[in-house]
Amino acid sequence: MPQNDAGSLWDGTSAAGNLSDRFLSGADATVTLGALDGGSCLGGRGGELRGRSVLVWTRDQLTAALALIELDGLARRLVLCPSDFSYEHLPFVIDQAALDAIVSDRTALESDIPGVGSFIPCSPKIVPANYDRGAGCQTEWILLTSGTTGQPKLVAHTLASLAGAIENTRSSPTPVVWSTFYDIRRYGGLRIFLRALLTGASLVVSSTEGSMADFLIRASAYRVTHISGTPSHWRRALMSPSARRLAPQYVRLSGEIADQAILDHLRSFYPQAGIAHAFASTEAGVAFDVTDGLAGFSASLIAGSTDVEMKVEDGSLRIRSKLNANRYLGGSSKPLANPDGFVDTGDMLELRGDRYYFVGRRDGVINVGGLKVHPEEVEAVINRHPQVRMSLVQARKSPITGALVTADVVLAMDPATMNGQAGTLQHEILELCREALPRHKVPAAIHFVRNLPVAATGKILRHA
Amino acid sequence: MSVRSQIIAQITQVAQEQDKHLAPLEDALELVDSGLDSLCMAVIVARLEDSLGVDPFTAAEVAGFPVTLGEFVKFYEDAAK
Repeated sequence: MPQNDAGSLWDGTSAAGNLSDRFLSGADATVTLGALDGGSCLGGRGGELRGRSVLVWTRDQLTAALALIELDGLARRLVLCPSDFSYEHLPFVIDQAALDAIVSDRTALESDIPGVGSFIPCSPKIVPANYDRGAGCQTEWILLTSGTTGQPKLVAHTLASLAGAIENTRSSPTPVVWSTFYDIRRYGGLRIFLRALLTGASLVVSSTEGSMADFLIRASAYRVTHISGTPSHWRRALMSPSARRLAPQYVRLSGEIADQAILDHLRSFYPQAGIAHAFASTEAGVAFDVTDGLAGFSASLIAGSTDVEMKVEDGSLRIRSKLNANRYLGGSSKPLANPDGFVDTGDMLELRGDRYYFVGRRDGVINVGGLKVHPEEVEAVINRHPQVRMSLVQARKSPITGALVTADVVLAMDPATMNGQAGTLQHEILELCREALPRHKVPAAIHFVRNLPVAATGKILRHA
Repeated sequence: MSVRSQIIAQITQVAQEQDKHLAPLEDALELVDSGLDSLCMAVIVARLEDSLGVDPFTAAEVAGFPVTLGEFVKFYEDAAK
């Protein structure tokens, strides 16, 4: 296992070996890791960023990946901007992270950014550079998550907390090629990026601009063997005919609740693949993987783990481990962990038999006449219907009970060709809900829709 | 379908879905005695809003809420005008 806390990301990447056969591939370019040995994506100017607080704000995920490899251990702080980072938040982030440099492939930014010392362009064009990476500093990695106030929250990690507990991918007859639907500048994607680099694998990154089909075709062309995404990513992928081109050995889900329906779909779609769902959050880090193909997780996990301590309090999962983020950056933020050192994930659990099931987010509860409904638990039931591909349960205002539950449902068939089957399907889905749920959780109405919005985080878009 | 017949159809449908025994649907029937609880009423009002395009309960000019089935029907007929 690589000693991540002993050196920089580049040290770990090269220690994993075989640089000339490994690659990073984006939508527009592919770079072999060997080229990064004595090479620079920053025009050889990486040395100028020694000890600086650097915003990495690129259009392309590949250029961001290259900049992160080059700058870890060199910069004092790296702030990772995901694809949907908005210009309006820039002054806030500059201030909170005390930024004094920007690395970007958006050259138009250069003349346009107030109050930041340096602008250094980066590109997948690697130029020779032999500046001394030296015994560098421990770089602070800052991830941005959506905050409740509209401004992003700045979550501080180190390479050690981000890359902790990464196990070597099981020995494989073919070279391991990772990919992820996630943006690598978000926690779920970043873990995959680090995992690929530190375990001697290659990586195919996704692209914001391209379609799902484009990405699946690109991933299959590079013979991706291991691939991760949210359940919403996977539901979308399985709706694309191009998903058949992939032949993964390992399929991973995280970031949202993996219900039994999506696990079963993946199992029958990729019978040769190991399928795992994991619990992770930007603040709490990765807590555990579930590999038995069943939704939820064994209650024995809560007490059984030593590296990652877990407990359930007030119904939500709490986690304390060295994979936890260190803190929120910025003076006005609340502490990230409770006084006991546990991070409250806000993810609510229900114990059924000897297994815990995630039922939803604490802040996503719908109140129907005083009774609580988690949208996710209703969606899990709806998704069991064989014709259902995705669903979104939302609150609808009611003058009688305050709120009611309604559902938007994406079917496997095109709504335009249903020929009067809509009523039957609505009836069947409602029957399913009535059998499995108390009556206040059964949707008052079911609407069939062509698709559902998925946010840049890969999670289904829920309106507050 | 008239407003009245849509309301009667919706009430019958929801009662059946929710396994509720309905009292005979006469105009003088008080809604609290109809066999429908508040969750049933909420579902009926939501579905009527979808089919009739109005929700008289949230309309601004409403003076008093209907007590009997007859008033309930008139409530919707007035709102749908």
